[in-house]
Amino acid sequence: MTDFLLSIGYESWILHALIWGPLVAMIHVLASPEDRAKHIAFRWSLALLAVSLGLWWAFDPGSGGFTMTSSRPWISAWGVDYALGVDGISLFMILLTTFTTPIAILGSFEYIGKREKAFYALMLLLEMGVVGVFAATDVFLFYVFFELTLVPMYFIVGIWGGERRVYAAVKFFLYTALGSLLMLVAILYLYFQAGASSFSIAALLDAPLTLQEQLWLFAAFAIAFAIKVPVFPLHTWLPDAHVEAPTPGSVVLAAVLLKMGTYGFLRFLLPLFPEAAQHPTVVTVMMVLGVVGIIYAAWVAAVQPDAKKLVAYTSVAHMGFVVIGIFALTVNGIQGGLVVMISHGISTGALFLLLGMMYERRHTRLIEDFGGIGRVAPLFATAFVITALASIGLPGTSGFVGEFLALLGTFETHPTVAILASTGVIFAAYYMLPMVQRVLFNKLDKEENRSFADLSRREIWILAPLLALMIWIGTNPSPFLERMGPSVERVIERVQLSSQEARLEGIELPGPAAEPNPTPARTGGQ
Amino acid sequence: MTLFEPLTSMLQSGEAHFEPFLPGLILLLPLLGFVLNGFLALRSAAGSSRALREGGEWDPFKTEPRPATHTLPSLIGPGVMLGAFVLALINFFGAMGADLHDPVIRSYWSWIATDTLQIDAAIQLDPLSLVMMLVITGVGLLIHVFSVGYMRDDPGYPRYFAYLNLFVFFMLALVMGANYPVMFVGWEGVGLCSYLLIGFWFSDREKSDAGKKAFIVNRIGDFGFLLAMFYLFTAFGTLDFQPIMEGAPDQLTYGSGLVTTIALLFLLGAAGKSAQIPLYVWLPDAMAGPTPVSALIHAATMVTAGVYLVARSSVLFALSPVAQATVAGVGVVTALFAATIALKQYDIKKVLAYSTVSQLGYMFLGVGVGAYAAGVFHLVTHAFFKALLFLGSGAVIHSMHHALHHTHKDWDAQDMRNMGGLRRFMPITWATMWIATLAIAGVWPFAGFFSKDEIIWAAGAWAGAESNPYGGLYTVYWVLALTAALLTAFYMTRMMVMTFHGQNRTGESEAEHLHEAPRVMTVPLMILAVLSVFGGWINVPEDLSASFFGLFGALPMSEWLHHWLEPVIHSAAEIQTEHMGEISHHAPFGGGEVMWAAVSTVLALAVVLVSSRALGGRSVKVAVEDGEPTAGLGRILYNKWYVDELYDRIIVQPVLGLSRWCWRFVDSVLIDGTVNFVANFTRLTGWLSSLFQTGQVNLYAFVLALGALLVLGAAVF
Repeated sequence: MTDFLLSIGYESWILHALIWGPLVAMIHVLASPEDRAKHIAFRWSLALLAVSLGLWWAFDPGSGGFTMTSSRPWISAWGVDYALGVDGISLFMILLTTFTTPIAILGSFEYIGKREKAFYALMLLLEMGVVGVFAATDVFLFYVFFELTLVPMYFIVGIWGGERRVYAAVKFFLYTALGSLLMLVAILYLYFQAGASSFSIAALLDAPLTLQEQLWLFAAFAIAFAIKVPVFPLHTWLPDAHVEAPTPGSVVLAAVLLKMGTYGFLRFLLPLFPEAAQHPTVVTVMMVLGVVGIIYAAWVAAVQPDAKKLVAYTSVAHMGFVVIGIFALTVNGIQGGLVVMISHGISTGALFLLLGMMYERRHTRLIEDFGGIGRVAPLFATAFVITALASIGLPGTSGFVGEFLALLGTFETHPTVAILASTGVIFAAYYMLPMVQRVLFNKLDKEENRSFADLSRREIWILAPLLALMIWIGTNPSPFLERMGPSVERVIERVQLSSQEARLEGIELPGPAAEPNPTPARTGGQ
Repeated sequence: MTLFEPLTSMLQSGEAHFEPFLPGLILLLPLLGFVLNGFLALRSAAGSSRALREGGEWDPFKTEPRPATHTLPSLIGPGVMLGAFVLALINFFGAMGADLHDPVIRSYWSWIATDTLQIDAAIQLDPLSLVMMLVITGVGLLIHVFSVGYMRDDPGYPRYFAYLNLFVFFMLALVMGANYPVMFVGWEGVGLCSYLLIGFWFSDREKSDAGKKAFIVNRIGDFGFLLAMFYLFTAFGTLDFQPIMEGAPDQLTYGSGLVTTIALLFLLGAAGKSAQIPLYVWLPDAMAGPTPVSALIHAATMVTAGVYLVARSSVLFALSPVAQATVAGVGVVTALFAATIALKQYDIKKVLAYSTVSQLGYMFLGVGVGAYAAGVFHLVTHAFFKALLFLGSGAVIHSMHHALHHTHKDWDAQDMRNMGGLRRFMPITWATMWIATLAIAGVWPFAGFFSKDEIIWAAGAWAGAESNPYGGLYTVYWVLALTAALLTAFYMTRMMVMTFHGQNRTGESEAEHLHEAPRVMTVPLMILAVLSVFGGWINVPEDLSASFFGLFGALPMSEWLHHWLEPVIHSAAEIQTEHMGEISHHAPFGGGEVMWAAVSTVLALAVVLVSSRALGGRSVKVAVEDGEPTAGLGRILYNKWYVDELYDRIIVQPVLGLSRWCWRFVDSVLIDGTVNFVANFTRLTGWLSSLFQTGQVNLYAFVLALGALLVLGAAVF
């Protein structure tokens, strides 16, 4: 397989294809008749998935750096490059994106009833933006894609959403835009501080920064990403967005959009500001927020009457495991965090699809409106139970591998945090099982539920790959772990090495901080 | 020397190399059964759901012959178990006479591997896992066969066997895993199957509640298991059994905080799975499941996983005398506490449930005082007689259910007050259950006598060990254990008398329909009865074997299990002896093992005889007339010491209340309120400043002047 891919020059074009492919698809969709839109969009997304799967074989973890890189000047006056690359961290995020998109599109066939062309065009635009975020190796380019994802999501929630869709869409947009503005300021400061002729990550890594500068810039980046994750207490936009978003919106939001936040932690926060990322106060704050997120969100989830809101809160809890895993700065912690990201994308995505199917049948999301569904829809119930178990991390499913590694890695450096976070496994059962019971079990006592149809063939096709992946990653995660390993080690090395250097040179970084290159800084500030 | 010498010599371990025979297949067969039965279950469920949607109820038994979905599982379910049992036997006999000091490990694939962590999907065959495999597949096979009769008329027949097969798969993974994480897969997997089977009749709210409770309470234990693994990993850099057990004596200090923490965390996990104080509350509720499930999962196998965990980690426990004393204390207090509740229960399965909790307490006492072989021994004999008791009660309930169903009487088919005199209708069930009762009561020569006696004796003997720092505590354990043994004899006799003796209270027209269970159910009962009689002979204690109790040396396998397990437990025993000295050969108040064995068996038999006479003459009111006990200790015991209510008050309700507060106040008011306030504030200021954008030049000029004045003023003053 690898040889074949090499022979067709796969490495040189794949990333470009995955970014521009969705755009071509989008134009195709827009140019097609309304009733054909969904089929065209689905086929395109499936083709893109098929093409992207080659990454699995073509990717060589090597020493953990970027591979398949390509770069050409974009805005040469500012040193902005159109630079792409992939490493063990972004590889799975890209695959998760190309995997989720066709599933989400197939999951919207029944749900989306109006302005289909526009909807599917936006879904494809979203795919382009997200792949761009994960493939960009130029910080400016990253920022452009990061912002680009906002737009389609805003419209998806705002047009095809539920009753309070406008409130939710505006909240989502303003909240995230606020964060990214902070990041933009920080990026520009960094650029000028580095004496920069380029926005590439590698160039910015060399920016000489004092500890204080690092802390400020760290804060700006961290807030932007923490909103995206979302980290407690910046999470309240998420339940609103999820509840109002149409099913495919929720799926993409949970599966990949949230991951842009934790991906940002790994790609930018840790390598760019290693001193700050290891600063005891910073680490404590992040750890505490992670743990609070795990426990608090689980508690809040447990008492939600709305099933979709419940699952939305569980996202906050799951991402808490990622946050503590990353800031534990151990191989196991970060790898675990990455597996949680993948696993959460699959299992929560599947949960949102299942809830969407419930909504399509009964036009309600309230848990109390169901009951005894297991009797009328056995296939649906089976899929629901397996997904719920993967979500609460039953061993043998993907959820366990991620949480186990993340907690183990956290324990290595922060035992107390890991102990507190481990209570999350109890609370996960506490929020998930009552919902499973009240939806699937108990008496079939509502007449409307008697006609609850079991999974259709299309729905089986949507769920089957997700369920298979949950079990596959749960029983054999090694192929995943070995691909991400070197890149994760590289991040840790970078962080620890720089702090060693700093220690050797007497904590105070030899920063030309007092007299930075003042000229570009002033002009750039405008 | 004896009649059985050829047998005895065969059972000794030798020098040969042990080559396991298809060990992976033992695991795979039940999994295959799950897949096939699961497929049938989905097929049949599709039929039932179609009928429901069309407004009717579905009856798979309307058509003759029965649909394949309801006949094939009778072959597949027990069939895969038979295969697994035969394979386990082959491996067991293959292992006999071989050198087992190092476990045989088969690694299939690298499961979780990072730079610093290596966990293989690996299984391990050693004396302990082989014994457990035999119990699981053997008793499991009998229970599968019994289920064919018991569940015959249940619409969910294929689903039942799917879950049951899946359970066996996970249970085997639990005992065969070569490292803690693989064991944990089995550990939570059996919990899942327990959840699914307790709530098997999920339309019933109470039953699905019970399943949920079991899962959540077990997860509290699993939390301990997880943390123990983390501590072990930081100490050893691996989670494989072998290097940990070999390295522990050197790497961990005897009695250190670390090893005590690890052991106590494992105890938390074990207490969850094995229903010990304070986490036992789920097991009595778990009786909501079909009765064969209670026999297999909640008596014979899954609930003993905690005992297995302690035995498997024996070295770690031996290194921590505090943890040992805690394990033993938890065990013996649970044994006594659960026995008191069993005294006053009327539901036949509830009696057996509390009895199981109590007997598991004995096993904990055994492994807690360092008598690992005795603990495992009681695990094995208990699997025989308790499975028998549960299956017997299943036969009783089955019969009662049919009788009540015939006349549409809405009485409780499980309440012993509605039974009485069933001996006449169900002689085989009656006889086999009496054998089990004598076994659990500890009457010689039944199986429970040997195993329970050895545990109680070990507690007493360790109490008198030369330098046991907790000698006094162990003496208390010994006394409590003896007391609980007497209670056991009493409540079991009470159960038997209320169920089988005296006048029948079911009702005249109902009694006509009471009948003995079919052959497919009674044969497993009889086989288990044989095992309940002779099962104890696999480990006749050394001190007893030459006495009357060992038929003056004629019983063949003196201390066999002890010797068999020696490779697994010898290093723990060495550590314990090194630090606590040699065990005493006298009980705390004098007397040797033979004397105390005589005392306890005579007392147990006396309790059985006296109480059966006393209770036999008493007239019992049926449940509807009797009602609940209203006063005194009886009421407290009937209500299980109000522990469920206590937990509800101090744990469940506060957590729920806190959750609601977090949602309604912290999330909605505090956090989201702030967010919305910022948004609204921004909008407000925008609106306010827009008021000044009137377009009138004189207003602008005025504001400009005002501003200038203010600036000037600031500059002057």
